[in-house]
Formats: sequence, structure tokens, C-alpha cells
Amino acid sequence: MPEAPLDPGYAVTAVAVVVAITVTLRALPFAVRGALSGSALLADLGRWMPLGAVAILAAYCLSGVDLTAGSHGLDELVGVAVTVAVHRWRRNALLSIATGTAAYLLLVNVGLPT
Amino acid sequence: MDELTPVGARDAGATRRAPRGGDLTAAARESGVVWAGMVALGVGFGALVTAHGLPWWLAPVISATVFAGSVEFVLVGMLATAAPVAAVAVTTLLVNSRHLFYGLTFPLHRVRGRLGRAYSVFALCDEAYALTAGKAPEALSGGRIVWTQFGMHAGWAAGSAAGGVLGATVLGGLHGLDFVLTALFVVLTLDAYRARPDRRTLVLAAGCAGLALVATSALGSQAMLPVAMTSFTACLLARHHVTRRPGRA
Repeated sequence: MPEAPLDPGYAVTAVAVVVAITVTLRALPFAVRGALSGSALLADLGRWMPLGAVAILAAYCLSGVDLTAGSHGLDELVGVAVTVAVHRWRRNALLSIATGTAAYLLLVNVGLPT
Repeated sequence: MDELTPVGARDAGATRRAPRGGDLTAAARESGVVWAGMVALGVGFGALVTAHGLPWWLAPVISATVFAGSVEFVLVGMLATAAPVAAVAVTTLLVNSRHLFYGLTFPLHRVRGRLGRAYSVFALCDEAYALTAGKAPEALSGGRIVWTQFGMHAGWAAGSAAGGVLGATVLGGLHGLDFVLTALFVVLTLDAYRARPDRRTLVLAAGCAGLALVATSALGSQAMLPVAMTSFTACLLARHHVTRRPGRA
């Protein structure tokens, strides 16, 4: 809880700074890309980057799992396993995500039958 | 311009300029579940804003203008404690530095018009990159890319507004909706690997993620992503130089 009410001027400045930095970070590589266009380096990055980036994002999503408490990561393991299994079975991203998330929500909010 | 693009016969239908409605439908069919997930996550973000004692409208304002989930969650805590603007700037730079790599391979050339391109760059979040970069650019129309991004943007902002108004009390019951994103990235990894079974890239990415997790364990979860992305990109640059050495074709 804040001790004093939020100063609108401060809030506007802070949010504007975050927006400016984020947009700059998103726009910068396009400037570099012009200079690299048609290069072997860009072709290689285009082949390798997407797979690696989504794999790292998946790892990041799971990095907050606490293996020492709660279900010791079992909920997440089951959620991922269901997602992978359904996706290998039907190859329908929507169905895989919905089923995996439903399994996870069930485990987290209702728990395993005891 | 599309008529001049050489494509295989199988892709010809997808490459032809689709009507606007077709782009929206294609984007919704493919990304609808992500849009819904964005609404759900936005509700959580909005509830967090009011839980910090901040005015509810700050949630949709931040979500509509910043549109970068991870840094928004950090920003709320900093605003509530009136952290110096310089500290906010450094944190944003560190947390969002991974975006420096997305633009290198994002299919922006498929988006038409200055306004569309400017919006596409502005709204280039993790999920936007993940949903588009792994696909063959010829199979993606510009309209579909922009609709995919706008659906996530609108869902995130609308969810944030709803969460801000309703607050944590009404919506505190259900935990774990953020697993939508975990499942999304798992599915996208499977699809990307299936399209191009590249075990070396997967091992490099997993290694960088694991090392980053260990190296940043003392700094909190926000540090893992930029460290992993930076080291992964460094590995790819090294790999490029090794495999493209003169004489090795």
C-alpha cells in the first residue's frame, strides 16, 4: 500500500518513460535489419531464432515453479504433459492449449483426488 | 506485389490478398485462445493494480500504452512505492532488452502501409513474435499479422480495465490462468521443431535457459529472460561464424 496518494505527474512521466524505452527496443532491430538484408547472418538467425526463442519463453514460464513447496512442480508437469500429448495427437493448437490449461487449473484449484 | 512473389502452388491461395474479414477470421481462428488468455491475464493485472492501492484506470492505461506484460507487473510495484523514474527506466531496459532480437526475424515486410507497420512494431510483444516468426512469411498476410496483434492488445487492455474495476475480491478465486501462456509456448515450440527439426538449436536454447536460471536465481525471475535471450543470440552468432567459415560453405 502506498503511504501517499499517487502523484499523477509522476505516474505519467514514469509510464511515458517505460513506453519510450519499450518502443525503442522493439524498433531498433528493424534499423539494423536494413543493413543486414540479404546477408547469410540474417538467414541463419531467421532459421534458428524462432525455435530457440519460443523454447526459452516456455522455459521462462516454468522458471517460477517452486520445486520445494506446494505440488513440487507436479501440477505444471501434468499441465505440460497434457498439452504435449494432445498436441501430438490432434495438432490443433487451440485444443492443446485449452486442454492443458484446463488440466492445470483443475489440479491447482481442486487438487488431486486423495 | 503478391503476384510477383514466387511461391509454391500449395501456398498460392494463402498468399493472394485476402479480404479484411478473411484476415480477421484467420487471426481469430489461430490466436483466439491467446486473445482469451490475454483477457484473463489482464484481469489479473488490473486486480494487482488496485491491490497496490493505485487507481483502477491506471491498469488499462498502462496495458494499452506499454503493452509488455512482464515489465507492467514490475512497474506496478515501483509506482506504488514511488520508485525514482531512473530506476523505472533501468528496469524497463533490462526486462525488455530481449525485444532487441525479435525485430531481426519478425515478418514486418508482410505488413502494408506506414501506419500498419508502425503499429506492428509498437505491438511486437513476446506472443506476437512467437505466433508469427516461426511461420513461412509467404503464408502470412499483413492483415492477419496486424489482427493477431490487435486482438492481443485489445484483450489485454480490456481485461486490465475489468480487473481494475472488479478488483481482486471478485476474481481472486481462480488461480493459474497464466498457464495459457506456458501452454502456448510449449505448443509453439513443438510446431517450430516439427517445421524444422533442429536439435542443435533446441539444445542451445535449453542450455542457455538453464544456465540463465541458475545464474540469476538470486536476482528474481525477471532477470532470467534477458540473460537467456542474450546468451542464446551470442551462441547463434558464434554458430554462424563457425558454420559459415570460408571453405565450409
